[in-house]
Amino acid sequence: MSGSKALELIGEDLQLLVVHVPHARAIGLTVVDARPGQIWLRVPYADFLVGNPETGVIHGGVITTLLDNGGGAAVMTALEELRAVATLDLRIDYMKPATPGRDILGHCHCHKVTRNVAFVRGTAYHDTPDDPIATAAMTFMVGANRTLPGLVRGA
Amino acid sequence: MGLLDRLRAGGTPADWEALAGRVPYGRFLGISVVREGDGLVSRLAFDEKLIGNTVLPALHGGVIGAFLETAAMFQVLVDTESEHLPKPITLTVAYLRSAGPRETFARATITKQGRRVVSVRVEAWQEDAAKPVATAQGQFLVPSAGL
Repeated sequence: MSGSKALELIGEDLQLLVVHVPHARAIGLTVVDARPGQIWLRVPYADFLVGNPETGVIHGGVITTLLDNGGGAAVMTALEELRAVATLDLRIDYMKPATPGRDILGHCHCHKVTRNVAFVRGTAYHDTPDDPIATAAMTFMVGANRTLPGLVRGA
Repeated sequence: MGLLDRLRAGGTPADWEALAGRVPYGRFLGISVVREGDGLVSRLAFDEKLIGNTVLPALHGGVIGAFLETAAMFQVLVDTESEHLPKPITLTVAYLRSAGPRETFARATITKQGRRVVSVRVEAWQEDAAKPVATAQGQFLVPSAGL
């Protein structure tokens, strides 16, 4: 895989991969690391993200947002030019409840890009992807519309 | 009579509001639920913080997924005997159209109710119920009564 246009544009400022997404900002999603076709992210634990107040476990939908957003960003970093990306399909499997009080980490890997569609696998975890909270398989339309991600500050 | 019994018997608007209020992330997203006919309709109010693509603009795919999952959970909770919220095992979402900056609705149908696992189909739409923005199929674990 040759150069990633998105990574070239953002330089050291990895947060530019998600900061243009209002709902990512709303849940406190940040980028931990990125390289072509791969991204690592974090959602800090917060009371308003809880799905079941009896247990304090984070809502599955937060993990869906983490992996969907990470998936889209992983596709962006896999492409040699900037293209609009839109989720086509997402399957998420919940393997164990997230531990209350702990941040959730996510890793997404775009393992295949075709002319129209990109394929991504994602994992949400606390300590290591080998002990997942959830895994996801996602497909994205590439060049889905004419919008381009705003990869600059203040865009 | 507890809230769940009242909901299963029909429920008042205040009861349904109380149910939606029990899920913190659902409350943050702006999800409410009402009874309509013999099923439930969940509603996701629009808010800027739900946006995923600011240029289109369109709701975040994760928000749509969370909304579908929550709508399914409400339906499973009301249609089973369980005293606890069902736990999602797996959910597959098909994104059919971009969801614009307006309110969104969802209706869930139980396709199979087993002793431990309930299979649910959910559909979300905006202005026209005949043009869904997303559909999902999910399996939920129902903590069995009497355990």
